[in-house]
Amino acid sequence: MRYIEPHAHMVSRTTDDYVSMVTAGCKAVCEPAFWAGFDRSSSKGFYDYFRQLTEYEPARAAKFQLPHFSWLCINPKESEDLALAQEVLDLIPEFLDKPNVLGIGEIGLNKNSRNEMTILEKHVDLAAKHNQLILVHTPHLEDKLKGTKLIVDLIKSDSRIAPNRVLIDHVEEHTVKYVMDAGMWGGITLYPESKATSPRAIDMLETYGADRLWMNSACDWGISVPLAVPYAAMEMRRRGYDDETIDQVFFQTPYNFLSQSPNFKI
Amino acid sequence: MKPATPQNVVDLYFMDARSKLIDIAAFMDRVENAGLKDDFRYQAFLNALKELGEGERTKSVLESLSDPTKELIPEATTKAACGAWPGMDSL
Repeated sequence: MRYIEPHAHMVSRTTDDYVSMVTAGCKAVCEPAFWAGFDRSSSKGFYDYFRQLTEYEPARAAKFQLPHFSWLCINPKESEDLALAQEVLDLIPEFLDKPNVLGIGEIGLNKNSRNEMTILEKHVDLAAKHNQLILVHTPHLEDKLKGTKLIVDLIKSDSRIAPNRVLIDHVEEHTVKYVMDAGMWGGITLYPESKATSPRAIDMLETYGADRLWMNSACDWGISVPLAVPYAAMEMRRRGYDDETIDQVFFQTPYNFLSQSPNFKI
Repeated sequence: MKPATPQNVVDLYFMDARSKLIDIAAFMDRVENAGLKDDFRYQAFLNALKELGEGERTKSVLESLSDPTKELIPEATTKAACGAWPGMDSL
């Protein structure tokens, strides 16, 4: 099979993971900017991180013949410090011309606070001014339902943003319809303990179709599985899906969204 | 979207669901034997079990564990989520 991994934090992964992914049929990996697991002490840390995402990590992936793409932002977990967040926002435009950058992401909310929303609005404005795709992180667990609605409503209210250029990630059964009804794309994250399992992800595809829903591993420094996407393909085979449908779900659908960026070439 | 050759989903998933059901029973025994049944997360868990009767069970369970409010909070004092909304008693 062939597949695209549309959300993976490869800076946290080993070269063994690159080997496994390419062996399983991965044709491209996309890496949103995210929280490092600790708060960075200054905007200089983000400058170095953005260089890592746009220079070093694509070169590391290329050693395994894997095209690497990235998204840029400050994660909502670090948005409570408005001054720091503004400094980081000011850094982003100089990186948007890098050849592997797909857009602004993964932006969004974490605890649904006022400052998080302020910085989300600034990210959306940045995307609109630079005609960038948007990748959205939705909050965890008990905060997801409220946060997803707040995020979708904010983006819908900005007439400069076309809904079909926005992907709302980490949808689950209680949020996926809200995203689909808004005309946006949805991402289902396959995690061992939270978010969704492969059987639940396939259930959602059977309800809402595969035209605007993709699956990702969102593998990072926490409990996560870099091969979760091809494992989900195996689960689809167990349910009786054919090769053509599996290719649609795991390659064509993410390709269709990502190729709205002129930088996504594979 | 439907499979080209549909399989019997009870055949596919019964043993897995059976295993998880027994794990849930064991978790409840464990919590109550430890005298922790008043923990708000456990109370939210018990409330969520009521959603298993009929309808869109997965959606309903997730909603029952969610923050039902609509307003932004003044400030994030933690980055973490715990899986159940601690304010349910205040409603």
